[in-house]
Amino acid sequence: MTEPTVYQLSSPGRHGPTLPALDVPLAPLPDAQFLRAADALPLPELSELDVVRHFVRLSQKNMSIDTTFYPLGSCTMKYNPKINEKVAGLSGFTNLHPLQDADMTQGAMQVLLELQVYLAEISGFAAITLQPAAGAQGELTGVLIMRAYHLDRGDVKRTKILVPDSAHGTNPATTTMAGLQVVELPSDSRGNVDLVALKTALDDTVAGLMLTNPNTLGLFEEHVLDVTRLVHEAGGLVYGDGANLNAIIGIAKPAELGIDVMHFNLHKTFSTPHGGGGPGAGPVGVVEKLAPFLPGPLVTVEMDEEMAGLLAAGHEHALHEHDHYRLAWYTPSKSIGRVRSYWGQFGVLVRAYTYIRMHGAEGLRRIAENAVLNANYIKARLLAEGSYPVAFAGRTCMHEFVAQGILAGAPDIHTMDIAKRLMDYGYHPPTVYFPLIVKEALMIEPTETESKATLDAFADALIQIAQEAREQPALLKEAPHAAETKRLDEVRAARELILCRC
Amino acid sequence: MPFIANTDAERADMLAAIGVSQIGDLFHDVPEGYRYPTLDLPEALSELEALRELGALAAENENLDEVSSFLGAGAYRHFIPSVVDFLAGRSEFYTAYTPYQPEVSQGTLQAIFEYQSMIAALTGMEAANASHYDGATATAEAVIMALNAVKGKRSRVVLSPTLHPMFREVVRTYTQGMGLDIVGDHEKDADFHALLALCDANTACVVVQNPDFLGTIHSPSELQDLADAVHARGALLAVAVDPISLGLLTPPGQYGADIVMGEGQALGIPLSFGGPYLGFFAMRESNLRKSAGRIAGETVDADGQRGYVLTLSTREQHIKRSRATSNICSNQALMALRAAIYLAVMGKKGLRSVAEQCYHKAQYAATRISMIPGYQIVNRGPFFKEFVVRCPLPVDETKDHLLVQWGILPGYDLTTEYPDLGQCLLVCVTEMTTREEIDALAEALAEVADLAAEETE
Repeated sequence: MTEPTVYQLSSPGRHGPTLPALDVPLAPLPDAQFLRAADALPLPELSELDVVRHFVRLSQKNMSIDTTFYPLGSCTMKYNPKINEKVAGLSGFTNLHPLQDADMTQGAMQVLLELQVYLAEISGFAAITLQPAAGAQGELTGVLIMRAYHLDRGDVKRTKILVPDSAHGTNPATTTMAGLQVVELPSDSRGNVDLVALKTALDDTVAGLMLTNPNTLGLFEEHVLDVTRLVHEAGGLVYGDGANLNAIIGIAKPAELGIDVMHFNLHKTFSTPHGGGGPGAGPVGVVEKLAPFLPGPLVTVEMDEEMAGLLAAGHEHALHEHDHYRLAWYTPSKSIGRVRSYWGQFGVLVRAYTYIRMHGAEGLRRIAENAVLNANYIKARLLAEGSYPVAFAGRTCMHEFVAQGILAGAPDIHTMDIAKRLMDYGYHPPTVYFPLIVKEALMIEPTETESKATLDAFADALIQIAQEAREQPALLKEAPHAAETKRLDEVRAARELILCRC
Repeated sequence: MPFIANTDAERADMLAAIGVSQIGDLFHDVPEGYRYPTLDLPEALSELEALRELGALAAENENLDEVSSFLGAGAYRHFIPSVVDFLAGRSEFYTAYTPYQPEVSQGTLQAIFEYQSMIAALTGMEAANASHYDGATATAEAVIMALNAVKGKRSRVVLSPTLHPMFREVVRTYTQGMGLDIVGDHEKDADFHALLALCDANTACVVVQNPDFLGTIHSPSELQDLADAVHARGALLAVAVDPISLGLLTPPGQYGADIVMGEGQALGIPLSFGGPYLGFFAMRESNLRKSAGRIAGETVDADGQRGYVLTLSTREQHIKRSRATSNICSNQALMALRAAIYLAVMGKKGLRSVAEQCYHKAQYAATRISMIPGYQIVNRGPFFKEFVVRCPLPVDETKDHLLVQWGILPGYDLTTEYPDLGQCLLVCVTEMTTREEIDALAEALAEVADLAAEETE
């Protein structure tokens, strides 16, 4: 059923909550030209109940993790623990103004400081900024840091960034935003960065390489140590796209593999809700030599000797057990500048902090293990049945894999048809047509929080759909049949633009 | 393993189906010497322990329930109706992702479409996108859009000195690799004439704020003159605006703005120590294809029923890659949802009364303070919910005294960013501020003035 818009529901004179009566005298208003006529504000007029029913009904038109298995590849749609919503909503956090003096916000800054320390420990980096608002903004932060590092050394020729052809679109887009040029690298026959092409591309004009590991094919870079060494030998830096950290958290530290700078997607690996498209958070970690370029301010510790001693001895967690210090803001000496207002997506950071505290080292490692196990299990089930080709099927996948909607005996069926038919079975479709280098890609990422029963039911559905594709292709072509709407006309939307209605 | 469902028996079955004997075998591609590093992290907490720890950390802060606050400067305490938390807390909204598959994402898509409609209506513009990270990044994206939208290659950007200082800093960070010439905001006291003098044939855009960072409302006729002159030079005018003020004030769409953007936190989003917030962005239709960010559009399904999809995605990174208008992917969809619910429930009457109360209470506060010997209101024109107070004692001393003796946060210290103003405080008053709080602020400031007088004696 079509839900009317807020404007269609509007009734003149109706209203929602009212404010207390004005408790000060009326002041003269500025001249008429400054003012909008009192009845000229084009907002809807609704009762509170109108608004509640409208948005509750809209919510019921969504698939979400809480209603449905949501194996959207590259997005890590794992269960979002409810405790995180509760703690982020504590008034001691929500009613805190970002410009209050540091002495009034030590508890919030403690959360930020510890999160900086924990992310550094998980990744092996020397320093972390929590400021970037999303993965893509983390990328921009990282690439600007790489650029600033070379310029600071007087190495002005380095204007190229190497980007593998399997990379997320954000990598090349970020490079352009940073004023650098993209050089695309091909993948080799096993889905790795092509080492020959890499060697050819490397020279003294290369600022660095952007590497996603595991990559978007769901494959761990087999020559990662060679790749990072070659880039370093040529004077470049290696950027790590941390979108797929869920596969290797606790299994390997990116900095130890030779990554110089990396963003984390807290809304993926650390299970903060995706919000229908954000907010996320994209903290960035860097090796020691890049730390002076981080956007500020960061949280730092003004401490006494006992604390300094514990930290020097490597007891980072002592930060949580002692109170012989005060937290303060500081901006690194050669900072690229702030990338957003204030300190970051604080409410998101609190959730990620809570998630790490509830897992500990062992719990985090188990996340990666179970995410990789779940992906390999669906892959094994599909391969055993045989309808769906899988890209690089002979290799062990990490937290995701890329199947293909190319079905023997169903030449007219495409990945999009399979995706839409999955909706009828009650599933959110996987990521489709990405990565671009795999034809008819269906990128499946189950995450660690799903049970074997869910994975089996999903694999069964895919297999059933393959059979339908051969026997009743119209069922797929006309899908979805049981979703909120029939297939929507995206071409018409772009051709006859309707972007708002009052 | 608090959130993992599978049992050891199930894992064993799965490993057998995969054909390996243990989970560790799945990581054979990770170089051997680098596998399973030690992580020095605190022990895992149960939910109960985590609630206690986080409760204690939250309680360590002195939040705005515990003091009387006149602090604004871009982040504002406004009334948030209960329905906003309730509805945005529906997990069908917050545990979904970007609506790439529209048939199962109509809730998110229609909510975005309604958000776009209400933002366009509020700003008086033709179209709005589905959000940026915050007001500062929306401003940086406005500058980049202008660079792409103007005819020919232009590299100058003129920023007003009364554009939010953080917005200006983020514009510089974002564009540092683009070889731009950013001018205007370091000019002392640059008014519109001074900004216009800087706007030459190489200028892509002029960015101003209204009400400006110091609270002053600029006249629509002056802004229209500025817009006309900027357009005559082939550049665009971008206006940062407080969306609450548009309940009362003439929208920028009526005085010639090409882009209207700003911080949307005031629309039903808690202060939350600075984020997540909401960058709203509205524009003329002619510039849509040069713009960044997600946009929802109306269409029909195979049965001819109305529905919504993401549209104009050929501008975006996942399609255009290195030639995209921006790298933005995840945005602030849930914050846009909050703003949509806020605008829908406050509605035509409610937003007007919020804006009027802000205005009248701010005037009352300024009048009270201006009557205290030693204090001056610096704003030359009318102001909306913030105003600048010149103080007889240094601002940090004034602030310390008010906080310690009175439990009052009197505002934002302008000394660092606007040293030429002298000892000035930016005071913010909203519909949340009571007359008693304003009277107490005036009394407390009077006490400080007396201390100042004693010092000089």
